[in-house]
Amino acid sequence: MKIIVLNGLLGYGYTEEALENAFLQNPDVIGVDAGSTDPGPYYLGSGTSFTDRNAVKRDLELALPRAVKNRIPFIIGTAGGAGAQEHVEWLCKIIDEIAVKEKLTYKFATIYSDVSTEYVLDKLKNGKLKAMGRLEATEQTINQSNKIVAQLSIEPVIAALDAGVDVVICGRLCDTAIYAAPAIRAGYDPGLAFHMAKIMECGSMCCEPLSASDVLMGEIEDTEFTLTPMNPIRRCTISRVAAHTMYEQVNPYYIYEPDGVIDLKNSWYEQLDERRVRVSGSVLQPAVQKTLKLEGTRLVGYRTISIAGINDHNTILHVDEMFLGVKEFIVKNLGDIAVEDYSINLRKYGVTDQDVENGCEGNIGIVIDVVGKTKEISAAVCAVARSRMLHYDYSGRKSTAGNLAFPYSPSDIKMSAVYAFSLYHLCEVDDTMECANIVYGGYCDGKKTD
Amino acid sequence: MARKLIDIARILRSKNAGPLYVTFDIMFDTRKELEQVLSSDRVNQRVIADLYGVNPEDVSIIPYMVVNAFKITIPRNYISGDLQDDDIYGCQQHLKLANIVIP
Repeated sequence: MKIIVLNGLLGYGYTEEALENAFLQNPDVIGVDAGSTDPGPYYLGSGTSFTDRNAVKRDLELALPRAVKNRIPFIIGTAGGAGAQEHVEWLCKIIDEIAVKEKLTYKFATIYSDVSTEYVLDKLKNGKLKAMGRLEATEQTINQSNKIVAQLSIEPVIAALDAGVDVVICGRLCDTAIYAAPAIRAGYDPGLAFHMAKIMECGSMCCEPLSASDVLMGEIEDTEFTLTPMNPIRRCTISRVAAHTMYEQVNPYYIYEPDGVIDLKNSWYEQLDERRVRVSGSVLQPAVQKTLKLEGTRLVGYRTISIAGINDHNTILHVDEMFLGVKEFIVKNLGDIAVEDYSINLRKYGVTDQDVENGCEGNIGIVIDVVGKTKEISAAVCAVARSRMLHYDYSGRKSTAGNLAFPYSPSDIKMSAVYAFSLYHLCEVDDTMECANIVYGGYCDGKKTD
Repeated sequence: MARKLIDIARILRSKNAGPLYVTFDIMFDTRKELEQVLSSDRVNQRVIADLYGVNPEDVSIIPYMVVNAFKITIPRNYISGDLQDDDIYGCQQHLKLANIVIP
């Protein structure tokens, strides 16, 4: 079975030549991952994508119509960057534009992965929610969550493929499930399927030269799988493939999936020819208790920042003292704003105090970072902090006209809402389908059908 | 001759392993270099804990012989995107390791 990955992330681009080569291989499935938690909690929280709409559309426009016309199943995981309902709908709208324009005919499944607070509260009450680190889940943090999604695994994707759809658009999905699901559905060894999927999910990152913006093929057979880059300038090497196996993982020998642990202790890597690597020996140890990872976010407030440079070394040495004074000033002078309704943070970039004391030439950049309960509080605190910092009169100051070099006018930048992860927990489930909601649909000559 | 870890390693990188952990991959050209670093005992749980302000028992160090590498994973002091966090992707956390001197 030949599975194609377009690239490491939908919207990151890929070369057309590589895609052409991929279609020449007569692939059985094409997949692409469209999201990640790497860009932080904002995107899940706000329901927006961290990839550009035009870039996402470009990546789909080249590949999706051709896949559909050739009846090659097309699977997209973690739609819209974070996989909540708004993200899925954002991507579905883009795909709808393509289907209409190209007058496509196909059946699709949309898999939602949103989870209600009631569901999570129930899991908490029954001791089925397990912390993965220092993030604690309580009734309060769950109730504060504005979005909660479950990282689904292979089962809903297999269910959709069983229903005979051509296109699967999935909400939050384990990256590996995109590529492992069709292989396991076809009867291939799950250990090999998951290991192959883990390497494939970043596109051509397992190649020399590496790139997250290029097409790769994984071919799975009974006792092994083979990785081949679709761009002739790249080659898979044992070193890159094995190195990518441990990328973003806690343990290089065990990959944890909802369905079990992929044991890589006996994985064997073989350089088949100059450009292809073959892997065998990876084994799935099925989980006794199946789990799904839940991701949730909560609104923290609204951010306003001010960016400035400081060149005067005497000022650089006093910057912490200045900032302490500024914080005290805000408390005294913005009495109607409660201290617990905002947080203020000074970020310093550039030379260290020690460097300056050692006579180092250079400047620093600072960011005055304010997060307030409301946009108004945030803007007010940042404005006072910025002006106070500009004119703060520290002892021995010679540059009495101003302490900060602002690169911009306005000097204060109103940013967006700020979210934090409220949940990143394993949730014990009886059935890995229990967080999946599959909706079917179709197009006939570019017109939506039921 | 004593050398810094960054001068021996071919790859020295950090990245989130989920929003709660940062993982470091340190890869070498040869098995000999990997063994030299591991046997020096200059990269152990205590050293990493001190460098990054975490508990020694929370530091995981695992050799990965297939690519002459070892992996270190620590909990993040601030969860990705929290107000005090300054590296959302966790991909610029490796520099403290770079300057460890290996005899």
